[in-house]
Amino acid sequence: MSTTDSVGWAGTRIAPRPFVDKLHEWVTTVDHKRLGILYFAFGLTFLLVGGIEAAVMRLQLIRPHNDLVTPQVFNQMFTMHGTTMIFFVVMPILFGFANYLVPLMIGARDMAFPRLNAFSFWLSAFGGLFLYFSFVGGYGLYGAGTAPDVGWFAYAPLTAKTFSPGHSTDFWTLSLLVSGFGSIGTAINIIATTLCMRCPGMTLGKMPLLVWLNLVMAGLVILALSPLTAAQLMLLVDRYLGGHFFDTQAGGSAVIWMHFFWVFGHPEVYVLILPSFAFASEIIPVFSRKAMFGYPVMVAATVAIGFISMSVWAHHMFTVGMSSGGNLFFVLSTMAIAVPTGIKIFNWLATMWGGKIYFKAPMLFCIAFLFQFLLAGLTGVMLGSAPFNWQLGSSYFVVAHFHYVIVGGILFTVFAAFYYWFPKVTGRMYSETLAKVHFWLFVIGFHLTFDFMHVPGLLGMPRRIYTYEPGRGWDTWNFIVTIGVFFQAAGVLAFVANMIRSYFRGRRAGSDPWDAWTLEWSTTSPPPEYNYASIPVVKSRRPLWDLKHPEDPDWKYE
Amino acid sequence: MSIIAALGQAAQPPLSPTNIFAPVSTPAQSIFELSLLVLAVVGAIFVIVSGLLAYASVKFRKRKDDDGREPAQVYGSSQVELAWTITPVVIVLVLFLATARVIFSVQDAPRPPGSLEVTVIGHQFWWEYRYPGLNVVTANELHLPVGEPTFLTLLSADTDHSFWVPRLAGKTDLIPNHPNKMWVEPRETGLYLGQCAQYCGTQHAKMLLRIYVESREDFDRWIHEQAAAARTDDLSSEGRRIFERTACINCHTVAGTPANGRFGPDLTHLMSRETIGSGIARNTPENLRAWIQRPDALKPGSLMPPMGLTDQQLDAVTAYLASLR
Repeated sequence: MSTTDSVGWAGTRIAPRPFVDKLHEWVTTVDHKRLGILYFAFGLTFLLVGGIEAAVMRLQLIRPHNDLVTPQVFNQMFTMHGTTMIFFVVMPILFGFANYLVPLMIGARDMAFPRLNAFSFWLSAFGGLFLYFSFVGGYGLYGAGTAPDVGWFAYAPLTAKTFSPGHSTDFWTLSLLVSGFGSIGTAINIIATTLCMRCPGMTLGKMPLLVWLNLVMAGLVILALSPLTAAQLMLLVDRYLGGHFFDTQAGGSAVIWMHFFWVFGHPEVYVLILPSFAFASEIIPVFSRKAMFGYPVMVAATVAIGFISMSVWAHHMFTVGMSSGGNLFFVLSTMAIAVPTGIKIFNWLATMWGGKIYFKAPMLFCIAFLFQFLLAGLTGVMLGSAPFNWQLGSSYFVVAHFHYVIVGGILFTVFAAFYYWFPKVTGRMYSETLAKVHFWLFVIGFHLTFDFMHVPGLLGMPRRIYTYEPGRGWDTWNFIVTIGVFFQAAGVLAFVANMIRSYFRGRRAGSDPWDAWTLEWSTTSPPPEYNYASIPVVKSRRPLWDLKHPEDPDWKYE
Repeated sequence: MSIIAALGQAAQPPLSPTNIFAPVSTPAQSIFELSLLVLAVVGAIFVIVSGLLAYASVKFRKRKDDDGREPAQVYGSSQVELAWTITPVVIVLVLFLATARVIFSVQDAPRPPGSLEVTVIGHQFWWEYRYPGLNVVTANELHLPVGEPTFLTLLSADTDHSFWVPRLAGKTDLIPNHPNKMWVEPRETGLYLGQCAQYCGTQHAKMLLRIYVESREDFDRWIHEQAAAARTDDLSSEGRRIFERTACINCHTVAGTPANGRFGPDLTHLMSRETIGSGIARNTPENLRAWIQRPDALKPGSLMPPMGLTDQQLDAVTAYLASLR
């Protein structure tokens, strides 16, 4: 095989083709790996956009009574930031990894439904682009166009025609409706692939944890996205067909919208965090040089989290006036979910215990994830105690808490995953030095921003305010929080620079640079279009360990 | 030492006038006590687990003189798994029971007969307060007696809002078509601040709350004054004429005059309030004049339109309003 740049995806020499041909190939591809890469490109692009929106908000809040942006623009910024980050950054990136890795890890040649896979991606992509068309729709580029300004959970009746005339809310509704169908398509695909396409020998009990976690995630997507889709349709009926589901002026119920949204919204948090657990469950064992501690317990804990997560949604609603009995139920279910989550943390810790820990970039991000996710879980328990929530809810403490989950938990493992699988996807190694620069900048920025963001919440600062009064003791904290943003931005730039530079200049990685144990490392980097020349046969959870240690294979102990 | 003493004696608590850890009212106090327990438990968990994590990261790092052999492979242990399942279950049960006690004590508290009731109505972007049976309607600045419970009925005229004065109680939402209840029992007189805590539209940020907790005598005097009809004097009759012949009266009430609108704040005793625009500016004739001229300049997104008055008309209307004590 040649080692020049003209080696194609299939590993064969191909003549340089015109750009249009390459573009056509990418647009019409049904290959799970290419779709995975499209998801990455899509998600990372929107990560930069959502990051800029966050920076605008933080600059506005750097001091009291600042007037960098108008209240209208600020309200559009937090609506777009939240919607973008959840639906068009984290979900696409996680779906990208699921797409890329699940078939490879179970020894399959593609997803179960390759064309549905492509269709789902383009639906999601269209949803994202449609949402951003709102900036140029309506009043055009003046101000921020008619970008939605109802908040990412769009509480009724703010979304009713009375309070939201024009089409800003429709952009929000329709984009989530469309991308929601894409997500459901992908979820069906992941479930079918996992259940039907595993290679010989790979029973459910021998699947890599990443596949298990993505299977549960896909199940949750189907359960969670459906009520959201229903609610969006009901909102459209309200706005255009004279319905009164959420129209309080005609006797509709604002609280019903809250239930619909959060019965989607909280399982959604687990939709996002389960793949993040999945990355940690692959990376921590490899860089500790030990088998995953308590594999069956990890699977059981995942399934338990999946079930319990369907019954915790109204802990977002402790302040809306539920009965004391209702509040009690959601306190108990919310605290109960801490148990399987805690078990996971202990098992990762036990995997590291007695190992030989290699501090490469993926492992650094995973260790930071463990610290941060621990704290995020504990502030979650504080918020789960309903009376404490009556003080902390809707304040900056909540904002700090869920950013600790989404940035400190999910984004850190996403970075870990990008570094870990970069050599597999591109065939080249990233720069470890630049990755460590990224790590330290991002850790410093993250903690400056989100540690100190808890404090104004404890001091009574509500979320979603475009400015605040001096003399409340919030000024210094907000200043520090904003400073952290610059470090995070610098960290992300180092990451992007690393990805681009290493894609062109990185040294060849070979098929198994980490001396890892799951199937994807047994094929070439990047894998050929058909993944495996012959379908592998496995006897244990770590087929490559068995191959490398014939004297002491895993299947003797499992 | 003197600094510490000064902090202790300051009328406002250290750090912030809206600090949730400086309760002065029964529900806020119960929440505060529960929060100390919760903080102690999660704090201990954090110290232990992150300590183990830090220890493992240092102790089991790959050494320089590593022999390159794989460490012993351990696949799990039922006893250990059982131990770290049961321990969290016990902790969760303890926290749940402690939480349940406070939920019941705050949410299902008995209402003593004869206790004061106030209806709070959230509007974009201001607060309306009605004292049923006392013939008092006011806006943005709530007056309460010290040392006795007051029960609030929470309603909304438009979108969702949330009533949050951290030193008095946790927040409760004001939701249209969904009346809510809460109560406070302030123990010290003083001014307590807060603001709307549920996003309600453009000016959500400037929907501020001011709660004046007074002795029973001061409170009764205030109620007596508020229940009286508006007091105006003849000098400002020109302003009154303009006020009553423009759109002002569609939205505002001045009791005892033709002005009986309900969309905006009641102005009967406007000058008894310290602030205007839901706490965004001091209630001075200059600020009033600027507000009437262009509410949008002080509070962009305010639903009150600019009234398009001439300078003389503005002066006259301001003089009239400034006479409403």
